[in-house]
Amino acid sequence: MAPRLPWWLVTVAAVGIAFVVAPVVVMATRGDWAHFWSLVTSAESLDALRLSLVTSAVSTAVCVVVGVPVAVVLARTRFPGRSVVRALVLLPLVLPPVVCGLALLYAFGRRGPIGHLLDDAGVSIAFTTTAVVISHVYVSLPFLVLTLEGALKVRGTGPELTAASLGAGPSRTFWLVTLPSVAPALAGGTLLAFARSLGEFGATLTFAGSLQGVTRTLPLEIYLQRETDPDAAVALSMLLVVVAVLVVALVHSAGGTRGFRRGLAGGVAA
Amino acid sequence: MTRLSAVLGAGALVGALALAGCSSDDGGASGQGSTGGGDRTLVVFAAASLTGTFQAIAHQFEQDHAGVTVKLSFAGSSDLVAQIQEGAPADVFASADEPTMKKLTDAGLAAGDPVPFATNVLTIVTPPDDPAGITSFQDLAKPDAKVVVCAPQVPCGHATTEVEAATGVTLKPVSEESQVTDVLAKVTSGEADAGLVYVTDAKGALAKDANALKQIDFPEAAEAVNTYPVVAVEGSKHAELASEFVAAVTSGAGRTVLQDAGFGAP
Repeated sequence: MAPRLPWWLVTVAAVGIAFVVAPVVVMATRGDWAHFWSLVTSAESLDALRLSLVTSAVSTAVCVVVGVPVAVVLARTRFPGRSVVRALVLLPLVLPPVVCGLALLYAFGRRGPIGHLLDDAGVSIAFTTTAVVISHVYVSLPFLVLTLEGALKVRGTGPELTAASLGAGPSRTFWLVTLPSVAPALAGGTLLAFARSLGEFGATLTFAGSLQGVTRTLPLEIYLQRETDPDAAVALSMLLVVVAVLVVALVHSAGGTRGFRRGLAGGVAA
Repeated sequence: MTRLSAVLGAGALVGALALAGCSSDDGGASGQGSTGGGDRTLVVFAAASLTGTFQAIAHQFEQDHAGVTVKLSFAGSSDLVAQIQEGAPADVFASADEPTMKKLTDAGLAAGDPVPFATNVLTIVTPPDDPAGITSFQDLAKPDAKVVVCAPQVPCGHATTEVEAATGVTLKPVSEESQVTDVLAKVTSGEADAGLVYVTDAKGALAKDANALKQIDFPEAAEAVNTYPVVAVEGSKHAELASEFVAAVTSGAGRTVLQDAGFGAP
C-alpha cells in the first residue's frame, strides 16, 4: 500500500498538473474544428508535417549514434577537466535555442570556419534540410546524453568488471553488458531527443531559415500561419499535440521500456 | 509534526501566490524613477520596426508630460493585435501596415479612426562585398543568388510579392522568413547573398555599423508603399493621454524623428 501523502503536497501537485494541462485544453476549445481536417491537410501543412517527422527521425538516429558514446565516456572515464567537458556538452540544454542557432550559424555558416571548409569542398549547408537536422541534433543530444549518463552512473561498473574478469573484451562487454543494462534509459533518452526535435523552433529559424518543404518544419509553419490565420495555427498546434501524444503512447503500448530492454538484450544475445 | 509541516506548506503556498500577485501587478512600470503624485502610465504597443523612433518619441513625451511614464512594447504587429484582443492593457497601438490595423478596428478595439503617420518601402541589402553582384531588382532572379525574403503572410513579404507582380520578376528565395529582422540577420551574417528589407531596417543596421551591409535602392520599390497607422485603443483608462500620444507621433517633431530613421511621410 502506498504511504499517505500530506494534503498540501497533493494540493500543490494538483495545481501543477492543472497548470500544464489547462492551456492545451483551452487551446483545443479555441480551434476551428469544423475545418480542422482541411486546415491540417493543406499542401503547406502536409509538407511541414512530413519534414518535421523526417528531420526528427534522422536527428534522433544521429543522437543515438553519437550520444551513446558520449554518455559512456562521461560516465565511465576519469580525465582532467571531465566535469567541464560534461557541463559544456550539456550546454544546449540550458541555452536559449536562438543562441544555439547563432552558435551554429557562426560555426557552420558560409563564413564560419567549418562552413567555409565545407563550402570549399562543394558542400553548402545553408538553407538546406541538413541545416535543420544539425539544429535538431545540437539541441536534442543533451537530453539523450543526460538520461543515459545518469542511468550508467546509478548502475555502477560491477557487471562490466565481472564480464571483463570472465574474459570479455571491451567491445563485447559494451554490447552484451553495458548497453542492455541501460536499455530503458536509452529508450527514454531517445524518446526525449525525438520530442525535443519535433518541437525545435528557435535554432532552426536562426540557422536554417524557413522554406516550404525544405526547412519549414511544423513549429515554423505554426509560427507563420499565426500571422494571418490563427485558426490554422491552432489546428496545426493540435496536430503537433496529437503526434506528440502518439509518440508517447507508441512507446508505452509497445510494452514500454521493459519490452525495449528485453528486445535489445534478446537481439544481442541471439 | 504533520500539523507543523502542513502549516508550513500552506504558508509557503500562500507566500508564493502573494509574490506572484505582486510581480504581475508591477509589470515593470515601477522602478523607472517617476516621482510625485498622480503618476500615470501609458502603455504603447508598436510594431517592431518602430523601436528606435518610438523610444525617442516616448522619451520626449515623458519630458513634456510630468508624472507620465510611457511603457513601450515592441513586437510583430499581428502579435500585438492578438495580445490586445486577448485583453492586454494597451492604450495606443501603432501598426506596421493597414491590413493589420484593420484587424483591430474590425474587432471594435480602436477609439476613433487610425491616423497614418509614416511610410516605408523595400530595399535590397547584400553583404558588404556583394558576392552575387546584385545591382538591380532583376538581378535577384539570378539562378545562383541566394536570396532571402519575408514570407507572403507578413507585411514585408506582402510588399515583396507586390513588387514581383509589378516588375514581372519571379524570385526563387532560399528562405521566407517570418520577420524582417531575420532577413536582415541572414544577410549581415553573410549566409545569404541578398535580401529584401525595409529602407528603415537597412538604415538602422548601417547606423550601428557602416560596414554591416550594402544597401541597393531600386525604383520599383515605389510599387509597394507600406503605410503605418496609429490609434488610441478603445477602453483605455487614459483616453485623453492616449490621443495626446497619437498627436505627438503625427506632430512635426514626431515626423522629424521618423524621417531621420528613413521613414517617408504618409
